[in-house]
Amino acid sequence: MEVTLLPMGREAVLVEVAGTGEVLALADALHEQGGRQDAPTWVRSLAEVVPAARTLLLRVAEPRDVPAVRAGVVTLAASLDVATAGHPGGQEPGVGRGAPDTPVVTLPVTYDGADLADVARLIGLDEQEVVEAHTGSAWRVGFIGFAPGFAYLVGGDPRLHVPRRETPRTRVPAGSVGLAGEFGGIYPRPSPGGWQLIGRTEVTLWDLDRDPPALLQPGTLVRFEAL
Amino acid sequence: MAALEVLDVGPLVLVQDLGRPGLAALGVGRSGAADRGAHRLGARVLAQRESLAGLEVLLGGCTLQARGAVTVALTGAAAPVSVDGRAVAWGAPVRLGDGQRLQIGLPTSGVRSYLAVRGGLDVPAVLGSRSRDTLAGLGPEPLRPGDVLPVGRPPQEAPLLDQVPPPRAPTGALVMYVTPGPRADWLADPTALTTAEWTVSERSDRVGTRLTGPALGRARAYRDRELASEPMVRGAIQVPADGQPVVFGADHPVTGGYPVVGVVDPADVDRLSQAEPERRVRLVTAHP
Repeated sequence: MEVTLLPMGREAVLVEVAGTGEVLALADALHEQGGRQDAPTWVRSLAEVVPAARTLLLRVAEPRDVPAVRAGVVTLAASLDVATAGHPGGQEPGVGRGAPDTPVVTLPVTYDGADLADVARLIGLDEQEVVEAHTGSAWRVGFIGFAPGFAYLVGGDPRLHVPRRETPRTRVPAGSVGLAGEFGGIYPRPSPGGWQLIGRTEVTLWDLDRDPPALLQPGTLVRFEAL
Repeated sequence: MAALEVLDVGPLVLVQDLGRPGLAALGVGRSGAADRGAHRLGARVLAQRESLAGLEVLLGGCTLQARGAVTVALTGAAAPVSVDGRAVAWGAPVRLGDGQRLQIGLPTSGVRSYLAVRGGLDVPAVLGSRSRDTLAGLGPEPLRPGDVLPVGRPPQEAPLLDQVPPPRAPTGALVMYVTPGPRADWLADPTALTTAEWTVSERSDRVGTRLTGPALGRARAYRDRELASEPMVRGAIQVPADGQPVVFGADHPVTGGYPVVGVVDPADVDRLSQAEPERRVRLVTAHP
């Protein structure tokens, strides 16, 4: 895997890769290394690993550890080959390898979203075909951003790529299932938002009394089921 | 159990500690005191752990009444502080007897004062921290009159510091050291960030300090280009479409979609969090 290292202040390195699949593969490898008894020193010096769409932030507690992290991640990435990595359980390629114990979450969805008709028109399918495309492929959580527990899902049917709404809504209800660009997502809490809404789920995605509070975490596999 | 009762609040009074690090992958930022150095200094004055929670008082106007004996210390912005109407020292342990009233006035320099409380404020923690994250809506709600804040058990060691000096009021432009950001090459003029003089906008808050000045244009290759969401850090200088930079503060979003062209050094982000609107700012390239 090829990586580009970009500066991000005195306490972090931003690692740029080709896509979300590579981000997940690198994050998986870092977690696997970090879990070992004999984890390399540079891995142990990481305070935080934050995945995003095409970049991964490696934050250290001590600025002096940055050079070792830069060197270490280049070596680690060179040893990874995403293209030939296995994809368990018939998972779509390009959404990361996934550890054997990768959790799978099934979300039942009522497909009555306010933008369902618009989405169908935008991508030239009928509404039923949108639902079939959305439920017909496995998604995987690439990263979390925007709000606590808001998971950016990747690996869905490529026909579902739609632009964001021209004008964001001031309030999107919790549980709304949406699409934006190459990503799928579900609003964990009521918030403003510009995603195209196709349905809703009753499943609680963010619960402070749960540990961890986010049901969906980077790497989690997600399947949607039409109610 | 000792407590502080809130009698009056100014524009914004928040419970803050040093935040909840390590949860960004769940979409939860660190948050914590905007001026981390000021929070830490208060802990030193009171001879206690830095992780204990205190108050962040924006632009004064805060009156508290002690229930039982409570020792406090004010740091951060230089604001007048009094007990039952009598002025007491900034940056020194102040003992409040049962029923005594502490008043924090409008700062003469800086905008955020920090009230360290011996034993810490013992309000419920959320995800391991008592910090209010104003962007994510996590942690204790902003204080309102009538709130009662329980105080934790004071540490064994007595404070050794009598008093620390208040910060010197800055004159002229604040100078901030900046290292290049991941998308520094998106700027049409790579020197524009460090040659311009910026002004702190009144639309600044805990999420970010907005700087106004000559709009930063994009290099031709990056015009109309969308950037996929990237992880953000405190101090990141993000340049939205209007070319006016935002320096991310304690409650910055975990990811963002605008290019980061530089990152302000951590200690300078503390100082920037104290900058009044209209304060002039100069960004200077830091050499490693």
